[in-house]
Amino acid sequence: MTVVSTPQLSARPSAGSLERPPAASAGVIEARDVSKSYGSARFAKTVIRDCSFTIASGKLTVMIGPSGCGKSTLIRLLAGFERPNSGTISIGGKSVTEPGRDRLVLFQESALFPWMTTYDNIMFGPRARAERGVEPRRRAEFLLDKVGLGAFRRRYPTQLSGGMQRRAELARAMINEPRVMILDEPFRGLDAMTKKLMQEYYANLYEETRRTTFFVTTDIDEAIFLADQILVMTNVPTKVRAVIDVNLPRPRRLEDVIENDDANQIKMQVLSLLHEEAMKSFAHGSKAAADFIDAYSKRVRKPS
Amino acid sequence: MKESAFAGDMNVALAQGPTAVLAKPERGPGRLESSAYRMAQWLRSPRPYLMLIGFALFLGFWYLTVEVWKLPRFSQMPGPTAVITEWINPDPIYGLSLYSPEYYQHIWVSTRRVLIAFLLATATGVPLGLLLGWSLRFKEYVFPVFELLRPIPPLAWVPLAIIMFHGSETPIIFLTFLASFYATTLNTMLGVESIDVSFVRAAYCLGAKRRQVFWHVIVPGAMPFIFTGLQISVGVAWFSLVAGEMVSGQYGLGYLINTSYTMVQYPTMVIGMITLGIVGYVTSAAVRVLGNYLMQWRARELAMGAEA
Ligand SMILES: Nc1ncnc2c1ncn2[C@@H]1O[C@H](COP(=O)(O)OP(=O)(O)OP(=O)(O)O)[C@@H](O)[C@H]1O
Ligand SMILES: [Mg+2]
Repeated sequence: MTVVSTPQLSARPSAGSLERPPAASAGVIEARDVSKSYGSARFAKTVIRDCSFTIASGKLTVMIGPSGCGKSTLIRLLAGFERPNSGTISIGGKSVTEPGRDRLVLFQESALFPWMTTYDNIMFGPRARAERGVEPRRRAEFLLDKVGLGAFRRRYPTQLSGGMQRRAELARAMINEPRVMILDEPFRGLDAMTKKLMQEYYANLYEETRRTTFFVTTDIDEAIFLADQILVMTNVPTKVRAVIDVNLPRPRRLEDVIENDDANQIKMQVLSLLHEEAMKSFAHGSKAAADFIDAYSKRVRKPS
Repeated sequence: MKESAFAGDMNVALAQGPTAVLAKPERGPGRLESSAYRMAQWLRSPRPYLMLIGFALFLGFWYLTVEVWKLPRFSQMPGPTAVITEWINPDPIYGLSLYSPEYYQHIWVSTRRVLIAFLLATATGVPLGLLLGWSLRFKEYVFPVFELLRPIPPLAWVPLAIIMFHGSETPIIFLTFLASFYATTLNTMLGVESIDVSFVRAAYCLGAKRRQVFWHVIVPGAMPFIFTGLQISVGVAWFSLVAGEMVSGQYGLGYLINTSYTMVQYPTMVIGMITLGIVGYVTSAAVRVLGNYLMQWRARELAMGAEA
């Protein structure tokens, strides 16, 4: 993996972080006072304001926040497709200026290439990096099997169901074995059963590899089941409201997490934080926030 | 699917506009079996019979106005019986029918000109369109000039074409090329611009370089629009070919129509027109079949849409 260090890097304020040997801080995401707004001066909309966080190496960090708070915007910054207005983001000690092979980002929107079969989609990464031989093919077979799409390898994405497409996309990302994996609501839109299966399968996979992972979700149960650490976000303009460690033993099972007292404690804590965030923006008369409160208060009342 | 920008300019284009591709999902690719099945489905649907009724109505109208009612406006026009008897006459009154080798020479000369112009337009228009869609900088240089030249109709180019090129063949091919080139370029550019940015992002995230994104995302992603453009391109090639052949040239269907007009051989003139229609249809159908074959993923998508 060759990393081209662009000359303008040294002129940036974050130059100091470059002097650290990359190996020592490999796989760590650091965001410092990141702000992002869209539109010009008078019509500017600030989506992220002074957001700072650190994502530990070899841990699964879950970011949870109300819908529309700016999570996907943050992911685009991490991916390097957009730049923050102020603040810095670095991955593995290297400032993020462009998309790179050091991280793999799975965006919220489904983006399987409709002109490629499932198999060709999964093999896209290895082929793009000119990996030859049987090894990538073996990994593709393994993953096809794991996500249960072995029989669908020659089908085109439009011939797959929504859930299958999500799984194919997950396989397409995981075959690359990146140092850092960034996933934006990968299980959104799946039916409850498939979602549970995917979560268990994903947790398994994480436990096998312990790859540094940043996982965005709006689903509190999913967050607690998967996370080593939860970042609770404020409403828009977003920043980190609270950092909560989840010290449940691994390997985890969904049923255990439901019955575990610590897990329920965390759940109540996160819910009340999110509830507060929603209340704040509700005071400003936001319709989205009203819906959000509605949805969450129902869930708080119902002991799962 | 976005409306093809070229469709507004030329009536010919409208007849074979982008919807034409979408409207015919039954022309799927692949195995004989599925083609046979689709054929059977088609015959069971009312569509072929409606089509026959349409033709019958058209011929009936022609027959009635010219041969029965003898309306004054159509007094010079040959009726369908006159045209058809001339067409299938082994010994034609005006010297041209299905039995005369000259007839096929006209068809061949025109087809060859269209083919050369179409291939040239594809070879230049597709790369240019891809570049225009891919590089904003390049587009800023080239597109204004392109847009300024585009409204100039092929007929307005005739004098310049004759001055620029020697002989009678090259000017005609150049005129035929022009409109095709515009259609192909513009549709290819729109094709690139229509590609969902998530595909490009996904490719970069998966480790693709710029060049790989171009070949594996931009080109296949623009393919449906490119083929829409190519279908329009063949259509307008015939359109401007005839304009060119009427002005200069020997042989060719446009030439045939024009000379039989000046020599008052009206049935031959109509034979030329109908032949032009048939040959034009066959060439654009060929492009469509090729497109569906190359974009099987899309043909399946459309076929599934039709079943749902
Ligand atoms: N390019 C843009 N221009 C203007 N506003 C934008 C842009 N991108 C995002 N926004 C605004 O930023 C806010 C956050 O959007 P974002 O997609 O990041 O939310 P999210 O937290 O990912 O929501 P969800 O959970 O529904 O996916 C929204 O109010 C949106 O209108
Ligand atoms: Mg989002």
